Amino acid sequence: MAITHALAAGMGGVRTTGDLVARMQMSRGMRLGEAKAYVAEKLGVSVEDLTDEVVMGEVRQDLGLGRVHAVAGEPKGMEAKFRIARLLGIEINSVNRFLKKSSLG
Amino acid sequence: MVLVRNGDGSLFEATVDQIKADLEEGCEDAVTRGKIAPLTSDELDRLLEICCTPAKFIGTETGNELVLTYDGGTLKMLRLGIPIGRTQIIQTHERAFGADTMELAHIDYSYKAIKPIVAEERAELEQALLVTVLPLFYGAMPNLGLYSQPDGPIPNPAELLPMGKIEEARDAQEEAVKLAVSDMVYVAGRMYEGGADGINFDTTGAAGDSDFLAALQATEKLKEKYPDICIEMGMAGEFVIGMHGELTYDGVRLAGLYPHQQVKLAAKAGVRIFGAVVNTNSSKSFPWNLARAVTFMKACVDASEIPVHANVGMGVGGVPVVDTTPVDAVSRVSVAMAEIARLDGL
Repeated sequence: MAITHALAAGMGGVRTTGDLVARMQMSRGMRLGEAKAYVAEKLGVSVEDLTDEVVMGEVRQDLGLGRVHAVAGEPKGMEAKFRIARLLGIEINSVNRFLKKSSLG
Repeated sequence: MVLVRNGDGSLFEATVDQIKADLEEGCEDAVTRGKIAPLTSDELDRLLEICCTPAKFIGTETGNELVLTYDGGTLKMLRLGIPIGRTQIIQTHERAFGADTMELAHIDYSYKAIKPIVAEERAELEQALLVTVLPLFYGAMPNLGLYSQPDGPIPNPAELLPMGKIEEARDAQEEAVKLAVSDMVYVAGRMYEGGADGINFDTTGAAGDSDFLAALQATEKLKEKYPDICIEMGMAGEFVIGMHGELTYDGVRLAGLYPHQQVKLAAKAGVRIFGAVVNTNSSKSFPWNLARAVTFMKACVDASEIPVHANVGMGVGGVPVVDTTPVDAVSRVSVAMAEIARLDGL
């Protein structure tokens, strides 16, 4: 059922920008339209591009935001979340915890 | 004739006029019960189009996509009997299922049950956060039923009420609220300190108005301690059952509240995402249930200042009451919720 909803009406997760739009709802309480516009502006793309796998695959690769494929040399997991926090201008709880626990921040 | 489903998932043939009548009746039922605005004729026409299209699977128009959150996230694949670790389930949702967010959850899905094993739960959360990109919730139920005898320490309201011991039953529920709030704040706090992106109070109100009150009070306390915490509150049913009957929050009686009223109290407490529920009636048709659910959800979205994610699992949001949910019905629910209810997420 989760897959049906994702295909029928989901943002696409890391295939596109679903995780990024979700983060704006979660961190700032933004409604959907505002969250999409915010993410599009930060990425330098149109709102329509946010769910285009081809455009967003390239953008995520260029910005190192993590992608579906675990490509050698590209940021993954926590590495990508550091970049997402900086790009969106938000605090990510696990990123802050990583800094603290690794004595980097 | 058009093939449509019943609320129990079974197929039947109906005329377009029959489907249209069911849509209007479902909408009217929501209007009457919730005292909310009906759908416009254009919106009912779009619902008719959604219900009558012969396609097995439909998708929303580009630009209407919404964010997905997953209550009970990691439980679902384990329930299928697939022997797989929870971190792998999260990774599978991220890399293969197109999930926008995910939730780590324990099979004993209640804050009380998790309290003794919170360290183990947090350790798995911390490791999952290192290898995933998507926002990760930790979720469980307030589940006030677990605080009643024989599972818990307080007298059982469900036994006291039939004996006419109304005051004793109310006292017991008020005591359960205190215990549940303590457990929810403790577990959620530990998970947030472990790095969770959000906390989900799932199936809130399952034990009635006291259950809802506990979740609201726990949210207040957590927001006070962790001002940036994201709390999602998903409801158990479409209206709050008055097991107590006199409990209030911010001067509002909780019993009998519908989603468009619940969301205002949730936002007041500090909830950041509200998970609205509309129950599916298995004795009515899918079009009747879909129109009813969309009418309620649209009113909730209009009344809300925070993002609203509709519960659209089996038996809620118009999805038929059947274990293996039909793709045709589920995809129609997705599209109707995105395009007509204008939700922020599912």
